[in-house]
Amino acid sequence: MTDTDVSATEPVAPAVAPPESMHGVPVSWSHGQQVLHPTADQLSPLVKTLHNDGYHMCLDVTAADYLTHPGRTLPDGIVPERFEVIVTLMSHRERNRLRLRVQVSAEEPSVVSLFELHPGTEAMEREVFDLFGISFIGHPDLTRILMPEDWVGHPLRKDYDSGRIPVQFKGAPANR
Amino acid sequence: MAEAGGFLDKGLEGLNHNFLTGNLEELVKWARSRSVMPATFGLACCAIEMMAAGGPHYDLARYGMEVFRASPRQADLMIVAGRVSQKMAPVLRQIYDQMMEPKWVISMGVCASSGGMFNNYAIVQGVDQVVPVDVYAPGCPPGPQTLLHAILTLHGQIRDGQLTRRSGEGAGLVIEQRDGQPDSGVRVGLSATRGLYGAVDQA
Amino acid sequence: MTLTTSSEDGTRITEDPALTSEGAQELASRDIVSAVERMRETGAVLRMAESDAAAIAVDDRAAVDFSEDETMIINMGPQHPSTHGVLRIMMELQGETVLRAKPIIGYLHTGMEWTGEELSYLQGCTNVTRMDYASPLFSELAFSLTVEKLLDIEVPERATWIRMLMTELNRISSHLLFMASNGMDLGAVSMMLYGWREREETLRFLEKVTGLRMNHNYIRPGGVAADLPDGWRDDLLRLLEMIPPRLDEYDALLTGQPIWRERLQGVGSIDTETCIALGTTGPILRSTGYAWDLRRDMPYLNYDQVDFDVVVGTYGDCFDRYAIRLNEIRESIRIVHQVIDKLPKGDYRVQDKKVTPPPRARIDESMEALIHHFKIFTEGFKVPEGEAYCAVESPRGELGCYIVSDGSANPYRMHIRSPSFVNLQTLPHLMHGGLIADAVAVISSVDPILGEVDR
Repeated sequence: MTDTDVSATEPVAPAVAPPESMHGVPVSWSHGQQVLHPTADQLSPLVKTLHNDGYHMCLDVTAADYLTHPGRTLPDGIVPERFEVIVTLMSHRERNRLRLRVQVSAEEPSVVSLFELHPGTEAMEREVFDLFGISFIGHPDLTRILMPEDWVGHPLRKDYDSGRIPVQFKGAPANR
Repeated sequence: MAEAGGFLDKGLEGLNHNFLTGNLEELVKWARSRSVMPATFGLACCAIEMMAAGGPHYDLARYGMEVFRASPRQADLMIVAGRVSQKMAPVLRQIYDQMMEPKWVISMGVCASSGGMFNNYAIVQGVDQVVPVDVYAPGCPPGPQTLLHAILTLHGQIRDGQLTRRSGEGAGLVIEQRDGQPDSGVRVGLSATRGLYGAVDQA
Repeated sequence: MTLTTSSEDGTRITEDPALTSEGAQELASRDIVSAVERMRETGAVLRMAESDAAAIAVDDRAAVDFSEDETMIINMGPQHPSTHGVLRIMMELQGETVLRAKPIIGYLHTGMEWTGEELSYLQGCTNVTRMDYASPLFSELAFSLTVEKLLDIEVPERATWIRMLMTELNRISSHLLFMASNGMDLGAVSMMLYGWREREETLRFLEKVTGLRMNHNYIRPGGVAADLPDGWRDDLLRLLEMIPPRLDEYDALLTGQPIWRERLQGVGSIDTETCIALGTTGPILRSTGYAWDLRRDMPYLNYDQVDFDVVVGTYGDCFDRYAIRLNEIRESIRIVHQVIDKLPKGDYRVQDKKVTPPPRARIDESMEALIHHFKIFTEGFKVPEGEAYCAVESPRGELGCYIVSDGSANPYRMHIRSPSFVNLQTLPHLMHGGLIADAVAVISSVDPILGEVDR
């Protein structure tokens, strides 16, 4: 077949939109919510840029451990890692939220802290550190916040022993 | 121990009763049961129901208990109302140790009694791991009626003298839940007081 | 008097106060703490590096540089009648003035986010409802909205309006709890009784509809658990008639009263910029004059179809927060009246068989209904893979729920963005420079619920 035949008979392919990006960071949409996927290096400059755009309030910093997750949808070019730090920003002027998902590897679980720009992330980052073990570089006081100070381990990691005790049934002799 | 100081260890049971001390002991038990001072130990949702029991509808004041003493030195009843986390357990024990004898503990709610619905790393599975418990009040949260039933059970036990002596073990009575049922044992109103003292139902 | 310590039965019996210390989580003395942390504990909202902070002298609200001997670090809580739950605050005092304050939390940490991963989506509401136990329906609503977003299902109109009705009633009962505890913390003990009187009436209605006084587990993914019972309209109208005159009683007892004003006006003030920097939402943010309310600005449910005002303060002090909550009760009553008029007939749950359990009567008739009931209650309904965040305006601020699902019947990761957790970060700022007696007023006006702080 010659090239001209192929081009005459094959249906016109739908125009493929270039992958969406904002400030150089890939964007995806999740149930009507715009989600940005910066790398760990891009996070701090991106948050600064967004702050100038009007995203003055950092609503939430949290994390997720994808160790036993079957597979998540991420835009092309993003390398999935074990941990993800999820930052939610809010712009009051535009009445819009933005979610930032940063991939954090298990070997080196650390991310730059957002404390300088958003002091309200102080407690949230401490919680992520306490429950996941992800360190935040530049955080003024990275200590545990929910667990006792001498606790060992990070409870919300998927490979953490749950601490569930076996439940006795009624009528069984008590062991106390 | 029957030597000097023995009766101090065992409450008033160590005394040989004659007509004077016999009546005194009854008086003391009667007074103790009617002036129990709870320590504030509201932790979580059950604390709200405990406050509701002190509110005007359910009125703990008619049983002499509306004054929640903040200082454990002045309290004799600790109502552990809510889930006890690993971080809170040493604090709980410290407060319990600071209370003066005689002291009693009501474990209010399922989280305090057994860990409740939270069987995991963070919650102590039952406050009796930390302090001896006298009455367990089930419910999530137990309504004020159940709490009142637990309190009156405790009062009855104090009145009957079964709980004066403190051996370090709790009485461990489990009461039944009384909320929302048409024929609850505790009725809101003055008639309740007359019916319940001296005739405590065992669950 | 010495007490013997023993641990043979495994209990941690100790009288050593050191064992209740939390080490690095506590407020440390001045010379150990870094300059950035020290300024943060005085409540300054920083945007500078350690070196710059160290170069700057301590701010002008407190005198310059102390030695260790002149200040005293004291501990308040976690067992304390006025800390609204198990909140521990360490304060550095100079005389009666609070210089630095540091809240230490975690005494109610329940592993609820872990529990959320163990329970199915249908059971999830029983878990989240116990986080903010003063206004449990809001947590259930945030969770349900997020699950419905992940499922991409549409909730029937009647269910949406019922949800609005119940959550506004819950806002009323939560604010009444605030009024009661705020009054009691400041010494107006009779306010405790008045607040509980009204709250009991509201809880009576909630019990009639949901079956429980607290922790209702009523708002579930797909709608609500049951329809409103017969006679609800009369009961509700009677309730709504009863509350406004009592609110006027509170005005007479508290608002105009000189002692109340002295104790609250000018105490614990904060400005808008600090609030936004700290991520604060809710009455604290509104007390600074900034009118941000998710119900009006990012409407969820049907809040764009009802008419209500967003109450704001002026000075950002404790009195403004008290007044805002009092007036929010009035606004909620207004909303509830409109909802009663607009409530349509219809389903109270989405009719998707995969999500909603069938009515009990149908189980006897249809094998399919029995199977669906069985699957939904034992295994749970599966939610497609994805992640979503939904937020509602709870009485304390923006309450959000973030769920990551993996296609199974349990959430893979469930996180609640709790307003009290974030709002507690304002405490050092609010307390700095005030008297220790004002510390109680400040905590009370922030109205934290430790269940959702610690989760």
